[in-house]
Amino acid sequence: MATPDVSMVEHPADELDVKSEIDKLQNVGEELIKLAKAKGATQVEVGVSKDIGLSVQVRNQQVETLEYNRDNSFGLTVYFGHQKGVATTSDLSDSALRQTVDAACNIAKYTQADQCSGLADKELMATESMDLELDWPMGITAEKAKQVALECENYALGFSDKVSQSEGATFNSHRNIRFFANSHGFVAATPSTRHSLSSVLIAQDQQGMQRDYWYTIARDANDLESAKAVGEKAAERVISRLGGYKIETQKAPVLMVPDIARGLVSNLCAAIRGSSLYRKSTFLLDSIEQKIFPDFISMHERPFIKKGLASSWFDNEGLATKEQAILEQGVLKTYLLNSYSARRLGLNPTGHAGGVHNLHVTSGDMNFCQLVSQMEKGLVVTEVMGHGINLVNGDYSRGASGFWVENGEIQHFVEEITIAGNLKDMFAGVEAVGNDLDYRSSVLTGSWLINEMTIAGN
Amino acid sequence: MNDSLTAVEQEFLNPAGIGTDDLSKLLESMLTHKVDFAEMYFQSSRHESWVLESGIVKDASFSTDKGVGVRALTDEKTGFAYSEEILVPALERAAEASKSIAQKGHSGVVKLASSKGIKPLYSDNDPIMSLSEEEKLDILKKLDQFARQMDSRVTEVIASISGVFDTILVCASDGTLASDIRPLVRANVSVIMQQDGKTERGGSGVGGRHDYQILTDELLKQLAQEAVHQASTNLQAIDAPAGNMPVVLGPGWPGVLLHEAVGHGLEGDFNRKGSSAFSDRVGQRVASELCTIVDDGTLPGRRGSLSIDDEGTPSQCTTLIENGILTGYMQDKKNARLMGSKPTGNGRRESYSTLPLPRMTNTYMLAGESDPKDLISSVKKGLYAPNFGGGQVDITSGKFVFTTSEAYLIEDGRVTSPVKGATLIGNGPEVLTKVSMVGNDLALDKGVGICGKDGQSVPVGVGQPSLKIDELTVGGTG
Repeated sequence: MATPDVSMVEHPADELDVKSEIDKLQNVGEELIKLAKAKGATQVEVGVSKDIGLSVQVRNQQVETLEYNRDNSFGLTVYFGHQKGVATTSDLSDSALRQTVDAACNIAKYTQADQCSGLADKELMATESMDLELDWPMGITAEKAKQVALECENYALGFSDKVSQSEGATFNSHRNIRFFANSHGFVAATPSTRHSLSSVLIAQDQQGMQRDYWYTIARDANDLESAKAVGEKAAERVISRLGGYKIETQKAPVLMVPDIARGLVSNLCAAIRGSSLYRKSTFLLDSIEQKIFPDFISMHERPFIKKGLASSWFDNEGLATKEQAILEQGVLKTYLLNSYSARRLGLNPTGHAGGVHNLHVTSGDMNFCQLVSQMEKGLVVTEVMGHGINLVNGDYSRGASGFWVENGEIQHFVEEITIAGNLKDMFAGVEAVGNDLDYRSSVLTGSWLINEMTIAGN
Repeated sequence: MNDSLTAVEQEFLNPAGIGTDDLSKLLESMLTHKVDFAEMYFQSSRHESWVLESGIVKDASFSTDKGVGVRALTDEKTGFAYSEEILVPALERAAEASKSIAQKGHSGVVKLASSKGIKPLYSDNDPIMSLSEEEKLDILKKLDQFARQMDSRVTEVIASISGVFDTILVCASDGTLASDIRPLVRANVSVIMQQDGKTERGGSGVGGRHDYQILTDELLKQLAQEAVHQASTNLQAIDAPAGNMPVVLGPGWPGVLLHEAVGHGLEGDFNRKGSSAFSDRVGQRVASELCTIVDDGTLPGRRGSLSIDDEGTPSQCTTLIENGILTGYMQDKKNARLMGSKPTGNGRRESYSTLPLPRMTNTYMLAGESDPKDLISSVKKGLYAPNFGGGQVDITSGKFVFTTSEAYLIEDGRVTSPVKGATLIGNGPEVLTKVSMVGNDLALDKGVGICGKDGQSVPVGVGQPSLKIDELTVGGTG
């Protein structure tokens, strides 16, 4: 371990008097809503985000970057009847905030009336505020962050000679206050923290270089994986990519590891979002109460998980979030609607303005190795590249890398191939979901075994 | 001192009562630590967007952002802090935080000299003020009308315009004192089309460092036409093929190939760290001799162009690959200094709150001599791809992807059936060695490119003539 080589600022980077900040925001919010109403707005919504924190990156046991973050954003939406105007600013000074109110009101003069525009109905506003234990400041200093990053990189570089260099180990710590109020009288303020540690490594052999990484993220720094675990996992992953080659073009089963599988859950969410539905631009149009996955798959939204990465008792419009099934035994139970899209569709809003608040996919009882052996022959996908997803028709075609499996065992690394199919078939073709849950995301799932996709290679 | 600097100084410094002497003093205060380079970057941005959907302009927003980023470099270390307040105490706090990266006990003198003789590549008109709000709405309504008139199968049109007016001032301990005023506009149209129970989407866009006056009726018609054509083509599309085959890329936007396959891999930071598949390969053959590729920030009015980069270096035209031989990297000040070379005007940052990195401007391949028709007729069985969505690259392994948004089969030297969107994958250092024909039809893209790196987005341009690549992996299902 290197000795401290720089004299960094010693005061904590997450020091924030949350209570007085919230009081201040509350006063500002009320005042601006009043101001907008005085200018003729019939409905007003105010959102503020204040974020402070730091990021320290080390490379080759030296500090590479020390970054202090301090971000403000203020956004105002006004409605003059059904005409809408939005203005935002990073400047929280009195004069800038007043100018922002003017700008939003001015825009609303020119936009055209849309009968579906407006705040969500007053009676739908969340009323039960909850402490979801999202705020865990750790009194982080640059020196402390540096030590964690150095330790992580040290374990990574020491893991094997095949690790040729580090692209950096980074410790991030951020504290945020999210404030939201509207002219229905709804007010909420949520302080929260987010800490993360990552390691990016390069391994090399005669064939060339490979890069891979690992990271851990949590609301409470005590819940992070250890520096050793992160460094060693990154090392293990990058080494496993050496000696790979392309495979033949063919159709084969595909086993997606959890961080790739949860991408498919995000695709599902995008396809059942209100805006995709009223634009009729989704392959899941009119699929409510339809079976789109096999029986054994259910997906439940859990907004009230303590310390959850996407936990919240209200959505981005102030609606109460709720525990609900998105998918029950393969059948789609709800679309994801904000109040605008709900009005367009003649349905009720579902508390999904801003997205889903923690989504859990029911897991089976097989671990990753058992899934590999069940697949027998096929491709484990550990990385996808590019944006080849067409939500209008469900077509999916992306660059990929991973491992070729034969006789139920991993044979070698595979790269420079694509995997392609249609999301509808892929969803229906899920044969198993593993119990190898990845806790680093608001989508909680294990690996997915999909019966067949087209692999393009040699 | 040039005129633009005076106006910009007024904008940032006068309200806070700061003079250029104060800037020198602040920079000198950072040199009391062992700092090789100290810099302050002031930025003020105004941004607006207007969106039409279902026939009405229902969404519009306006935003302002202003602040200063303070950076200290020592060896390979970077210290960085920023503030939304442009006031002396806030500047002092940010300077204190960023210089903490280096040891105490040094001193230095800073003499700022404003850059002279830099010719602006774009006007300093604020696009947001270039049209009345009624005229902006009119542009959107025309896009909607044109698209719907062109094809009755169009069921929805989403049209948008956006304007950005960005003002920057950068000063640094190397004496740099420079400013730039940067307009940027963009118009997009996306159509949804239905036929026989099938639905498809098509889109098109245009933009550049101009004001809204470029959006003539003729151009709007062309945009609508392209979007409608794309949706209509995709309604007829059959499954794309899977496997290795010859691919002919059309001119213009398909140059996203160059951006992903070689561009990122030639950025200075990756090469300093030795993490690029192109590291230590200057002087070696990385493309067929038909290929000469440049990064050119000096094209007037282009989306990726910059009169000066975000470190105050005038932009330039850098030859990256000449007749197939790798000739150079794109550099910012930090990586140029550490690699013993010169900055190339590629130091770019998304905003004052992010660090500058070596980034591309407008990256394109020079024209060749072949008739584009001959590229197609030389292929027995392959893919013709005139339009793309985005791409991505792993600069270490060199593997890159880009995804077609309009493509066709080539059968016996003729373009036949349209095929569905497919991702193409290749290896950056290899793919251009397989370029066997280069068309004489160089075109630049229409000005809608956005490049992401380390979470920072910046506007860029790409371009190329038609290219024939003898073998590339096509990721269809057929």
